[in-house]
Amino acid sequence: MQKNLIITTSPHLRDRATTASIMRDVCIALAPAGIAGIVFFGARAAVLIALSVITCVLAEFLYQKLTGQKVTVGDWSAVVTGLLLAYNMPTTVPWWMAVVGGVIAILLVKQLFGGIGSNFMNPALTARAVLFVSWGGVMGAYPITRFMEDTASGATPLALLAAKETVGDVQLWDLFIGNCAGVIGETCKAALLLGGIYLLVRKVIDWRIPCGMIGIVFICYLIYGGFNLALKEILSGALMLGAIFMATDYATSPQTNLGRIIMGVGCGLIVFVIRAFANYPEGTSFAILFMNVMTPLIDRYTVPKYFGEVKKNG
Amino acid sequence: MFGKRLFPGGIHPHEGANGKAVNSGNAIEDVPAPKRVTIPLSQHIGAPAKPVVNKGDHVLVGQVIAEAGGFVSAPVHASVSGRVVEIATAPMPSGLHVPAIVIDNDFKDEWVELHPAPHPETLDAAGMQKIIREAGIVGMGGATFPTSVKVTPGKDKTIEKLLINGAECEPYLTADHRLMLEKPAEIIDGIHLLMLAFGVSEAVIGVENNKPDAIAALQDACRGTDGIRVQPLPVRYPQGGEKQLIYAITRRVVPSGGLPIDVGCVVLNVGTVFAIDEAVRLGKPLVQRVTTVGGEVNNPRNFRVRIGTPVICLLEACGGLKSNVIKLISGGPMMGMTIQDIEVPITKGSSGILALGPESAEPEESACIRCGRCMRACPMSLPPVRMDQYVRAERYDDAVEVGLMNCIECGACTYVCPAKRLLTQSFRMGKRMVNVRRQEAKAKAEANAKAVEAEKAREAGKEG
Repeated sequence: MQKNLIITTSPHLRDRATTASIMRDVCIALAPAGIAGIVFFGARAAVLIALSVITCVLAEFLYQKLTGQKVTVGDWSAVVTGLLLAYNMPTTVPWWMAVVGGVIAILLVKQLFGGIGSNFMNPALTARAVLFVSWGGVMGAYPITRFMEDTASGATPLALLAAKETVGDVQLWDLFIGNCAGVIGETCKAALLLGGIYLLVRKVIDWRIPCGMIGIVFICYLIYGGFNLALKEILSGALMLGAIFMATDYATSPQTNLGRIIMGVGCGLIVFVIRAFANYPEGTSFAILFMNVMTPLIDRYTVPKYFGEVKKNG
Repeated sequence: MFGKRLFPGGIHPHEGANGKAVNSGNAIEDVPAPKRVTIPLSQHIGAPAKPVVNKGDHVLVGQVIAEAGGFVSAPVHASVSGRVVEIATAPMPSGLHVPAIVIDNDFKDEWVELHPAPHPETLDAAGMQKIIREAGIVGMGGATFPTSVKVTPGKDKTIEKLLINGAECEPYLTADHRLMLEKPAEIIDGIHLLMLAFGVSEAVIGVENNKPDAIAALQDACRGTDGIRVQPLPVRYPQGGEKQLIYAITRRVVPSGGLPIDVGCVVLNVGTVFAIDEAVRLGKPLVQRVTTVGGEVNNPRNFRVRIGTPVICLLEACGGLKSNVIKLISGGPMMGMTIQDIEVPITKGSSGILALGPESAEPEESACIRCGRCMRACPMSLPPVRMDQYVRAERYDDAVEVGLMNCIECGACTYVCPAKRLLTQSFRMGKRMVNVRRQEAKAKAEANAKAVEAEKAREAGKEG
């Protein structure tokens, strides 16, 4: 009966969840929003998504090969970055922009800081911000969907909501299903919420960041402009996409429960301030990036007391 | 504060084949005493026992073959009758070889004369402590801390509550479950006797509510006995952790670095209480225990085993191992130790012998993705990510600052980690390093003090 028994230390059981399974879940959760983007903005959206994902995976693979590191593209994290980057672009950008964005996201933001888990800002969002400040003209021009009348202006819902006289032009149902001008992945709130519910059920994300962020924007607008405006605001722009998929990025958001509430509320407040008072209709990206940088500090000061911790000198 | 969970953190580990669902239905069976038993002298935490028999001696079942080697120690008894073959070393699951007494079984099963306590209900604390000590009883949940020491609180401390651990939260293990089902009257009697001896008015048996039959059996058995109640607990690992159990039942928090007695509690495993009852009522020392054999074996069982029986005898009694076994474990899969040698003997702390398949292989570690699952899983509310970073960077002071020494090594963080990082392993090593350094620092301080004294003496001598 003597067999070759292996010797290890406890624990001897492991949960089935792996980094790859978690990232795959995020991809699954992102799928509905991508499909909606293709439906509303046409085949060009599909090509941009594919280009961005391929660039990200390839950039990670080549960088790791060239630097002699273990290749980790199998963990699906580069796919998530690729999807998020494409979702943050309007379909009107030139092809090369997806490639440049992908390279910035993976090389500059992720790998140069140590790879998965070590980057301090969200790779897709940072790349988007770099593209936005470099080529604001194309990155900031949002096309209308295939189902909107040509006469409709290309103004995003947020631009319309910013002026009192045009708030009425924004229809709730259009915002919810995604029939409005915007970037590929942000318009269909129904799809984003579906993905969010999937991630919550699969325990990939925790409710604190998305609920804190969306909740605080809603509350602020409720006080600032009433229920109707508040509802339209939370269904506009990249708030849902950012709150569910980007502010919850593990590497760049706090790990403690209290820290996550601070992250959500902090993001939400900045979004509100930018949207309501700044000369710029959308603030989700910058709000999240700002809070990304705050994350190590938040984590440091929100470590819970351990079980049985006695007050020092007390 | 923690709602229905009753303690912070915790996990629901999954089981493979022949887990609790299957094995909890198997009644306790006697496994035949083997031809030869190897009885280690260190089956408990503390000083090893000192042999009092010689090679060639004839011994009877229950005879003391080694006496306690100090206050924190326990005597060891022969588990079969026969001849002492040698006093040698035996392999333990830890991989260490410890001194052991080897006895060849004469299969006569002759017992020493047993001396039941004449008036068990009138035993005082000292009398009860003496019986527990002489019976060689140690914590049978696996911790193996000498029970006599546990029930001897310091001068200014009193036992207010007796908590009985029937949680059995480790996957696969069903030995305590079967014992609660089959011996509820003896367990309740043992608790009752302990309460009388120590003047304790309240005893609570904590049982996870995935064992409703055991809860019912104990509730039936304690009907009519004042002060004893059964507390069903939510199923959540590590519910059976001492600090977690105390909090779940009493809402008292054992301070960091403290003991249960600091909050007026003593926690005993149901198996320990059963052994105490047998020691008092029948005069029987601890020579056998119930051990679960589960996982990838052909017929999982719960056995009553003589201490010192080689693991291989149990595996054979289970119809052998399945072909996919890669690991044998003594204890539960979350905290148990791997067995390298199937001749390892069953000891007082062997709650289970588990065979695990390929899924128990050590997965490859990858980079931390900062998901925070470990923090949520930790039943001590520690930050495992940071502790791990500090330990790996050899920044032990920082690791201690964030709570390293409070880690109970339950393995919950490692279980949930999607990057498969060896967290518990890192903490175990870190704690060891901290202890080594503390001892070194202490030794150095003592040496310094001595040198100073010597210097003073010399100065004094000069002056004189």
